[in-house]
Amino acid sequence: MVPLSAYLTVAACLFSIGIVGLFLNRKNVITILMCIELMLLAVNINFVAFSHFLNDLAGQIFVFFVLTVAASEVAVGLAILVAFYRQRRSIDIEDINTLQG
Amino acid sequence: MLGLESIFFYLFGGLTVLSGLGVVLARNTMHSVMFLVFCFFNAAGLFFLLDAEFLGIILILIYVGAVMVLFMFVIMMLEVNRAKLREGFLQYLPMGGIIAAILLVELIASASSGVFVSDKMNQAAHLGQEVNNTVEIGKELYTKYLLGFEVAAIILLVALVGAIVLTLRERKDAKYQNISAQVNVRKEDRVRKVKM
Repeated sequence: MVPLSAYLTVAACLFSIGIVGLFLNRKNVITILMCIELMLLAVNINFVAFSHFLNDLAGQIFVFFVLTVAASEVAVGLAILVAFYRQRRSIDIEDINTLQG
Repeated sequence: MLGLESIFFYLFGGLTVLSGLGVVLARNTMHSVMFLVFCFFNAAGLFFLLDAEFLGIILILIYVGAVMVLFMFVIMMLEVNRAKLREGFLQYLPMGGIIAAILLVELIASASSGVFVSDKMNQAAHLGQEVNNTVEIGKELYTKYLLGFEVAAIILLVALVGAIVLTLRERKDAKYQNISAQVNVRKEDRVRKVKM
């Protein structure tokens, strides 16, 4: 039998890799979006593992909602990226300073 | 002696983490997408091991089939200067590495201690063949979580409309309807009585 802590460890590794990716690929918006996907996947693994070990289906329902929100976030994020590329001919993070943030 | 379940867990878990590393370290963005697809497949395998068949299939269908294809389209559509994107890659490595290492140690320490290693958390019986995961999720989703389900539907609708609105552009060489002018037109503007 695989204990719960093994699943939690895998999820922790994935989440940390996602964080490292955010720092390493600061210039590349597409890779940043992919790192966010990685972190959401880690959270989903946690949810499903707890759902299995606590014998409660609520965790799987919440994974369903997380997937919904992640899908719409990617759709809107990539649409913003395409719209920005039309304006500036670049998707460099350095160029995304119109809002003076 | 490892059981079959443990062997598959280490296979799927190890490949998930390794392909996650590939996503972060790959030089080509397209290779990152391929690694992420592989990562999702292995995570779906983990879901199957946890008796969540419906979510495993959903992960493959929605993520691999739709979201990652969307990523590929966008990468192929945009002309990206690859060398420039890699600038400062190692500059941020110490900072990010330290933060992630601390987080990893904390998460693993909390995962392998306390309440998570009690007897109940060490083994959970697998559900029998007669339990249908999809049916169970459907029962919960359409009764207890109906409101959340509807909100999720509205979020998807808003994202759909938002993505279209953001990428829609008017071309100068194409002809468009002016709908408000069409609706507001009156008979006097168009019809002229001619005496014969």
